[in-house]
Amino acid sequence: MPDGAMPVLDVRDLKTVFRTRGGEVHAVNSVSFDLKPGELLGVVGESGSGKSVTMMSLVGLLPSPPADVRAGEVRFGGADLLQCTPDHLRSVRGAEIGFIFQDPMTSLNPVFTIGAQIMEPLRKHMGLSKSAARDRARELLELVGISDAGRRLGDYPHQFSGGMRQRVMIAIALACDPKVLIADEPTTALDVTIQAQILELVRDLRQKLGMAIVWITHDLGVIAGIADRVIVMYGGQIVEQAAVKDLFARPRHPYTRALLKTVPSVRGTREAKLNVIEGQPPILLNAPAACSFADRCPHVFDRCRRENPLRRSVAPGHDVACFWSPEDGAAHA
Amino acid sequence: MLDAASGPGRRKLVEVDGLKMYFPITAGIFRTRVGDVKAVDDVTFDIYEGETLGLVGESGCGKSTCGRAVLRLYTPTAGSVRIDGREIATLDQKDLRGLRPTMQMVFQDPQASLNPRMTVAAIIGEPLSEHTDLTRAEKLARIYELMDAVGLNRNFANRYPHEFSGGQRQRIGIARALALNPKFIVCDEPIAALDVSIQAQVVNLLEELQDRLGLTYLFISHDLSMVRHIADRVAVMYLGRIVELAPRDALYQQPLHPYTQALLSAVPEPDPEVETERRRIILTGDVPSPSNPPMGCNFCTRCPRVMDLCRREKPAFRELAPGHMAACHLYNDTNETVGPATATEASQSIQQGE
Repeated sequence: MPDGAMPVLDVRDLKTVFRTRGGEVHAVNSVSFDLKPGELLGVVGESGSGKSVTMMSLVGLLPSPPADVRAGEVRFGGADLLQCTPDHLRSVRGAEIGFIFQDPMTSLNPVFTIGAQIMEPLRKHMGLSKSAARDRARELLELVGISDAGRRLGDYPHQFSGGMRQRVMIAIALACDPKVLIADEPTTALDVTIQAQILELVRDLRQKLGMAIVWITHDLGVIAGIADRVIVMYGGQIVEQAAVKDLFARPRHPYTRALLKTVPSVRGTREAKLNVIEGQPPILLNAPAACSFADRCPHVFDRCRRENPLRRSVAPGHDVACFWSPEDGAAHA
Repeated sequence: MLDAASGPGRRKLVEVDGLKMYFPITAGIFRTRVGDVKAVDDVTFDIYEGETLGLVGESGCGKSTCGRAVLRLYTPTAGSVRIDGREIATLDQKDLRGLRPTMQMVFQDPQASLNPRMTVAAIIGEPLSEHTDLTRAEKLARIYELMDAVGLNRNFANRYPHEFSGGQRQRIGIARALALNPKFIVCDEPIAALDVSIQAQVVNLLEELQDRLGLTYLFISHDLSMVRHIADRVAVMYLGRIVELAPRDALYQQPLHPYTQALLSAVPEPDPEVETERRRIILTGDVPSPSNPPMGCNFCTRCPRVMDLCRREKPAFRELAPGHMAACHLYNDTNETVGPATATEASQSIQQGE
């Protein structure tokens, strides 16, 4: 990860709320992060922690209403994406920022051939002719490891297995050589042996193409094997951010620490009893006025219930939103 | 949980022998049978009283179908299933109903397996109304007792499933399964739909209940790390067949079948230091269709150590070390048992670099 390089994507104080009948749901609260060129940033969190909503807010993929991106700034390619016209956003999506979604069954259109779907962004964003787009589509399929690519361009999504469909999705996302690739739980719907294939493919593609990737997942094992840097989200906020080895070796936030302890492993020693995080994730009906993890935190004290901790740096490249410190166990200013 | 190996002398509660579950493929207006989906194809295993047998495999390998067939939610195509000494594979519906209280199921999706129009009390109480003659007051007392047992607040008895989170809904499903004091529970992916932090809560609950009530579980899951935690013995399924069955530690430390080795190797380790160093076995290709499984060994199309013999002959499922069964031709030469050294050698020689 090249330190000090200009980030390709810089997000400041992003806030997204959903207007519902039961009130406003504060899904994303003051989220700030950046993405360096060529880096793979892992985003971990449980369902409802705001990881997908954050990424979809960046490029205007959320339907509004009910979603409302209320504040913030998203610097990408010299412009603020939140202030862009819908036309400009459309040219960014697909061309400069590629997306891969969780479910390869529903994100491909069942009535068009794979070839047509890979060629669409090429024709639209890069203005390629039909035959040039076809050649490029075949190259892309070969790149993601689909054999007999030329013939398979004419096949429909149902003729591919789940892992193959996800490869096609990756081919579409990579079609226009994006600077940034956002992968939202790309391997969650896949079996573990197929997941291993896709992870291997992504490692390989990063070496060849060198784009920056945001990888959203709840699987800490996947993150450990693929990310350079990790942000941990909880209750619509980033609670911790660190280089991957730092995060696993020296987790600071009580949530991260608990999360790392709850996951059993297929190797190493087997725990007699699983560690649990008691309680339930927060309901985000109010803007956070206290630490959102306070109710489940083993180290909670008065201040956590009065004040929402801001992210503070605890080591180079490692910051955490918590008043508590693992070293002395005491409250921190 | 009972950690000791399931040695002789312990009673077998569930005995499954040669179980086959085929679903017909029909074509044309007369619905002529043109083939079969061999979802479960000749599966044999036992579950001892008080133990947890983990059944793992990838989607489509037939593990859920197997679990359902064992409870006679499907009528098996062939084979025998004995629960607590009674043959249930061929029993008629009336007699079967009498046996239902001893065997229950916890389903994967707590959203879909609970009736949205029934209150929690009605859901948990339904099996009691169906199978017992308790009075209203007795029934309510039992419902409260069950809610306490699974950690649900009694005050929520009159609420509806949508008012609960995923983890709590799964607790409702568990309470319902426990209502009739079953001996045997099939847990079909009970934690797959839950978040990591909630999964641990549910697994711990299942273990506590097992200790307290002496339950026997068939725990079906694709999550190898959770199965390692909860199971005493583990069976690995691939394309309708069990390829390996062994005590937990033997299976995870010394897998014999190349598929088990690849499956374990594919699970990422939540530790970046290990992950960068670790060598992985990456299988190529996809699982073949269960309507047209390959000749010989089912795994021969993807196996990194495939031999000619594997494409011709179906390997026998036999005991290679005490309690450690596998179906693989690689161990044909070794007489009866495989020492630890041979097994380690075997697993090392197929490790491939990145």
